[in-house]
Amino acid sequence: MEVCGTHTMAIFRYGLRELLPANIRLISGPGCPVCVTPNRYLDKAIALAGTEGVTVATFGDMMRVPGSRSSLERERSKGASIRAVYSTDDALAMARSHPEREIVFLGVGFETTAPTVASSIIEALREGISNYSVLCGHKTMPEVMGALLAAGGVDVDGFLLPGHVSAIIGTSPYRFLANRYNKRSVVAGFEPLDIMQSILMLIRQRRPVVQVQYKRVIEEGGNRIAQVMMAKVFRKSDDLWRGIGKVRDSGYKIRREYASFDADLRFRPKPCREKEAGGCICGSVLRGVKIPSDCRLFGKSCTPDHPVGSCMVSGEGTCAAYYRYGGRR
Amino acid sequence: MCLGIPMRVVKIEGSEGVVESGGLSRKANFSLIKSVALGDYVLLHAGFAIERIKPGEAKKTLKLLRDL
Repeated sequence: MEVCGTHTMAIFRYGLRELLPANIRLISGPGCPVCVTPNRYLDKAIALAGTEGVTVATFGDMMRVPGSRSSLERERSKGASIRAVYSTDDALAMARSHPEREIVFLGVGFETTAPTVASSIIEALREGISNYSVLCGHKTMPEVMGALLAAGGVDVDGFLLPGHVSAIIGTSPYRFLANRYNKRSVVAGFEPLDIMQSILMLIRQRRPVVQVQYKRVIEEGGNRIAQVMMAKVFRKSDDLWRGIGKVRDSGYKIRREYASFDADLRFRPKPCREKEAGGCICGSVLRGVKIPSDCRLFGKSCTPDHPVGSCMVSGEGTCAAYYRYGGRR
Repeated sequence: MCLGIPMRVVKIEGSEGVVESGGLSRKANFSLIKSVALGDYVLLHAGFAIERIKPGEAKKTLKLLRDL
């Protein structure tokens, strides 16, 4: 199983499934942070965008994700102040040049992105920027992998570990995969040969361990500076994953010391009543128990042009990958 | 997203700078990595350098893949 949307896309883009023998099956897991963000978070973001004086700044791939009733893109077309940004640095720049607006950044992403958001909060504090805050929706990988294995229902022998999440967190958070669940794992890079070599390494493991294929980037201990920054700004918390439910200790919340940068506390956004799209099986797809072509909406009422669920909207969603590359198995 | 792009450091100004790849240059924030020098390759993600790329290891991987 791969648990990184970029791996999912690379496997499709390079036609790797077709190169593998039939007895090796690649399953896509919950690797897309946008896809696992629950409706409630989107609904809160939309409520914030509708708040007087607030400008919502977000990574572009959140714009088209459907919430319970609307999307950020649709709200923007109705006049709400919402801007797509590439980096939290851009959001901070907006806060500096528009002191009359409240800039709220949508903090979505795994451990690759969370440090950049932590850094922005530390920087905002240092500079005395008082009109910047974050709606924190960051989630962490190792815990959800454990939850999937503990729940059973997915037959997995090993994992391709996310290359850039692992650049931040190192390899020790994954040791439980081998020790508790007897599963093999390899931290894989993103080139086609990286992925193929990683699969080979997985097969060759005589007993389950955590190995690193992506040696040109990964330090075993990860990025200590990023880890320290995250620990300073965030605390771990139970969190809700779309389609999976509550996973213990799998999310980040902003610590009390940085409460003034926590958009949830600052604005107490009131989301609309939560509603899930009927017929959408994103949850099962994210858990790896169903594939997109199992969904009765796939390719019919749900396509990249008019997506029903988050897995189809996101550039790294499993359904979007299957649709774009004609996946069948 | 895990989308991290290897880019070369061409300018350093405190904890910020400029990186480039294939003729495209971008502002970069270096506050997440230890030390960076001109000419280093870094992985850029959402405007931040999240790790240095180790040229020695890159060469080793390339050799391994050639030998496969």
